[in-house]
Amino acid sequence: MESEFFATMALTFKLAAITTAILLVIAIPLAAFLVFSTMRFKSIIETIVSMPLVLPPSVLGFYLLLAFSPASLIGSFLTEHGIRLAFSFEGLVIGSVLFSLPFIVHPIQSALTQVPRSIFEASYTLGKSKLETMLRVILPSIRHGLISGIVLAFAHTVGEFGVILMIGGNIPGETRVASIAIYDEVESLNYVMAHQYALTLFVVTFAILLLVYTLNKKSLGGIR
Amino acid sequence: MIAVNITKRLDTAEGSINAHFELTINDGEFLTLFGPSGTGKTTLMRLIAGLEKPDSGKIEVDGKVWFDSAKKINLTPQKRSIGFVFQDYALFPTMSVRENLLFAAQTPEQRHNVDELIELIELTALSNRLPATLSGGQKQRVALARALVRHPKILLLDEPLSALDPSMRQKLQDELALVHKRLGVTTLLVSHDIAETVKLSDRMASIELGQIVRITKPMEFFTPQTLSGKLQLMGEVLSIQYDHPVYLVTLLTGNNIIKAVVSENEARVLKVGGKAIISAKAFNPIVMPLT
Repeated sequence: MESEFFATMALTFKLAAITTAILLVIAIPLAAFLVFSTMRFKSIIETIVSMPLVLPPSVLGFYLLLAFSPASLIGSFLTEHGIRLAFSFEGLVIGSVLFSLPFIVHPIQSALTQVPRSIFEASYTLGKSKLETMLRVILPSIRHGLISGIVLAFAHTVGEFGVILMIGGNIPGETRVASIAIYDEVESLNYVMAHQYALTLFVVTFAILLLVYTLNKKSLGGIR
Repeated sequence: MIAVNITKRLDTAEGSINAHFELTINDGEFLTLFGPSGTGKTTLMRLIAGLEKPDSGKIEVDGKVWFDSAKKINLTPQKRSIGFVFQDYALFPTMSVRENLLFAAQTPEQRHNVDELIELIELTALSNRLPATLSGGQKQRVALARALVRHPKILLLDEPLSALDPSMRQKLQDELALVHKRLGVTTLLVSHDIAETVKLSDRMASIELGQIVRITKPMEFFTPQTLSGKLQLMGEVLSIQYDHPVYLVTLLTGNNIIKAVVSENEARVLKVGGKAIISAKAFNPIVMPLT
């Protein structure tokens, strides 16, 4: 029982950590695109990114499940290459990345919007490329937006339920995360275990958020 | 020498206009772009910096082509040897004064000279401070020093002193003049401040609605030739009062208020808030034979 609890918690945070890491790589260029691009179809992409905010998780989960199934075009292609996404950890990661995308893109996007245009231009006139400007000037100055995005995406993935239930099922050690476990334990009237999961999630997420906000406040001081 | 001959479509308050700028700037010269706002001064600066693209024309700096619409050459701002000081200074908020300057340095020699530059702008004691903790005048000096780190061919100053109070502005004008004299860098300044223009520039280009209407020495521009007074001041009319039988005009010149008596005819052409010249003609010496 105990080992199953730890395995489930470990899986939950492993999923959140991997999801957040992938999101960070995707979200920065995506946010930059949404802020600076003048392309016509930009608002379509913006809408797609924001969809998980309003869409019921079961809808996203349902379509992902269809896409992952060997009967679909994507699914059959994946199956041919020996990849199975439905009811697998990899499938959960893909679902979580899509579902938590707006939670990391939006804070970065709004932070980028607030950087004055002249900061970018000053760096260009000093001979720095767009990439170097982004890495050395812009990202450090929007670190608060980055941290909020990372924390929100992480916490949101930890707390995710609907999408995972739809595409992942409830396989112990493979796709069974804490939020699913709580549901499962309550269903079998095992309130003690449900409570153990629930309280752990509560305390851990509270501690993470508290730490981040405290650090954020400290780093806002002027002289270093 | 910098030769500019470009056109650019400009959206102004009075609708869209076709701006055409033609000017040459000599080596080491301090040239001011003078004129009201919305006439394209800043745009011309940004076109030279490569931050905006001209519609057509050519920009050549010391024989090197920076922009040529005919040959489809358009160097990026990174490839142009420029130092740009922005109106809002644009200091990098997460870097200290020193780091802001070091960021600009590209060669070991330039890195080495950073401390010298910090000393030149008298910020050695504050070199580890973040921009947010500096005053407006200090930020301006950091921005200037940062723009000079790479020894640019041309220094572009976009109303760098406009956000400062008058006393700080005067102090920084002196400093700017000193830095220009010491380093001899070709400088282009955008300004609509007469005192600043006269004090700093070798020549000035007067800009009106997307055209350079006149390039002269600032004194020739601001003091019309018809007057030959020995004392001549430019100022703003603060008030015109009737004080029987004459009119009393109050003028602000620089930080000084001057009152002068004028006739009714003279008072009629002046208006409150307008610019005026006040001059005092010296009396001719009286020459008489001694008996």
